[in-house]
Amino acid sequence: MSEQNNKSEYLVEVNDLKMYFPVKTGFMKTIPLKAVDGVSFTIKPGETLGLVGESGCGKTTVGRTLLRLYKPTGGEFRFNGELVTDKNITPLRKQMQMVFQDPYSSLNPRMTVEDIIGEPLDVHKLYSNRAERREKILHLMELVGLNAEHATRYAHEFSGGQRQRIGIARALAVDPKFIVCDEPVSALDVSIQAQVINMFEELQEKLGVAYLFIAHDLLVVHHISNRIAVMYLGRIVEIADADELNDHPIHPYTLSLLSAVPVPDPRTARKSQRIILEGDVPSPLRMPSGCPFRTRCRYATEQCANECPSLTDRGGGHMVACWNK
Amino acid sequence: MSTLSVEEKIRRNEENLILSVQDLHTSFFTDSGEVKAVNGVSFNLGKGKILGVVGESGSGKSVTAYSIMQILADTGRVVGGKILYKGRNLLDFSKKEMDAFRGDKCSIIFQDPMTSLNPVFTVGYQLNEALRLHTNYKTKEAATQRSIELLKMVGVNEPEKRIHQYPYEHSGGMRQRVMIAMALACEPDILIADEPTTALDVTIQAQILELMKDLQKQLGMAIILVTHDLGVIASMCDEIIVMYGGRVCERGTADDIFYNPCHEYTKGLLRSIPNVDNMKEKLVPISGTPINLLNMPKGCAFCPRCDNAMKICLEEVPPEMQMPDGHYASCWLNVKKQMEGVSADE
Repeated sequence: MSEQNNKSEYLVEVNDLKMYFPVKTGFMKTIPLKAVDGVSFTIKPGETLGLVGESGCGKTTVGRTLLRLYKPTGGEFRFNGELVTDKNITPLRKQMQMVFQDPYSSLNPRMTVEDIIGEPLDVHKLYSNRAERREKILHLMELVGLNAEHATRYAHEFSGGQRQRIGIARALAVDPKFIVCDEPVSALDVSIQAQVINMFEELQEKLGVAYLFIAHDLLVVHHISNRIAVMYLGRIVEIADADELNDHPIHPYTLSLLSAVPVPDPRTARKSQRIILEGDVPSPLRMPSGCPFRTRCRYATEQCANECPSLTDRGGGHMVACWNK
Repeated sequence: MSTLSVEEKIRRNEENLILSVQDLHTSFFTDSGEVKAVNGVSFNLGKGKILGVVGESGSGKSVTAYSIMQILADTGRVVGGKILYKGRNLLDFSKKEMDAFRGDKCSIIFQDPMTSLNPVFTVGYQLNEALRLHTNYKTKEAATQRSIELLKMVGVNEPEKRIHQYPYEHSGGMRQRVMIAMALACEPDILIADEPTTALDVTIQAQILELMKDLQKQLGMAIILVTHDLGVIASMCDEIIVMYGGRVCERGTADDIFYNPCHEYTKGLLRSIPNVDNMKEKLVPISGTPINLLNMPKGCAFCPRCDNAMKICLEEVPPEMQMPDGHYASCWLNVKKQMEGVSADE
């Protein structure tokens, strides 16, 4: 079917996406903050791509730019083969949704749960009468494990985990094919995290949605993702299958990131050698020349300072951007 | 060595203890009633040991730490129990004695390095304050000199320049280093770290944890590490206490807790986190929602969420019981198991 329409096998195709924010540095002077600087990736229908990196590396900006919450500076984004532009984004948002990080600030405190979940239905006019709207909302609430009697309550009456469920129900209301999940579990307690992670996985099995799962917790990302992309200062430095990336990381940044994750297992923790990175992430306003990671990389050579490496395939779709590895 | 009498052994054990918390109760008196945030917590901290306190939000782990330092909010009060520092009860200390204890013998690092430094003073000024209050570095020059040494010790680059800067000019990791330098200024016996790395990125977290471990070895202080991250606990701690609903569920060495958990909550917690072994499987979450401290169940705090809850769990608080391998857990299931074992022997 998709071949007939000359559509590609990918649901999401991002090519050289760029998002620069102007920053005022003085009177009449602005310089660009390169939050996302040439990011390319693809996601198949029903697949989960994990996006990891430290704070300030641009992972949230990628998610927001895809949904055109920001107008990208450059690059293109094809959804289901169709080029996304300012003109066609509104109807396309029916197929793309977002779940936000903070369930405490992403729900309107003056709206009832019914209205929060019903709002996307109103916007896209997805019902013919009130009874149908109500029925759809109750179905969505059941899908995410909320009781029907919660419909008339306000967001503040719920715990963090339940609020995140409301946020997910709202994203599912329009029956999307693709959801950007921006750190959806990092604000939750450990015992609640597992409930929400399981729900994401179950919903994917049931509804076949694709996720862009943005998080900084590598264990969580590994658990939920089919593939993982690692970002550093606005660029993807490595992208591979989740297991492949964990077992055979190639990029020095990925190596140190993985070794820095505290494993919940005392015996492994005692044995493991951490690769401690020196210093902090450089400011994106003063990006190093060439490879952005070279200032903290122990393999850095002269070539790294002169030229920025691009992603190259190291076999089986394992892409790495590094000169020396 | 086996000829030591029991009294001698106890005496030696007590000498090695630096802090002993016995049946601590801390409550907050709010408009909607008394909130028993800490409800009978006991533990011992040995000299130069790292003790991990783990639990979810609202389990009372931070309040336990604040009770030791006596820096509770106005509505909070320690209502029972003892906190023995080298055999003396901190709760009997006068305000003056407590001021001397705080910062000098015991200091604290807070979770959020962005808000726990004063934004209107330079980093150097804030470091000097602690030094001039508690140590012999009374003059400005001497204190500044010492501040630079301290910042060097915690791995801050160009400390001579840094001490003249304000907190906003430092990154999160740098601010947390400054906080650690401040806490170490008086070489305390006990360092309380309340979620010291929660606000930081993993690579910076690894730097800070490594630094804390090194300094602990170098200076020989004891650390109480309060966190919700089981990964951090596993890589850092000698002993662990697991808290839920203001009570201790289980306490023991890191290996006991991770490889032989004896409380249903600890078991559930370990099952619900993704790790290397369960990548391909579904996680097993703990059902239900965290408890409301205003509305505590009569019996075991965890019983509304426990899959194996029995009748007695609803009625009575489980006693702390020693497990065969020597660690302690408070769960009626263990009592039941032991009773069954006894009757089987008969």
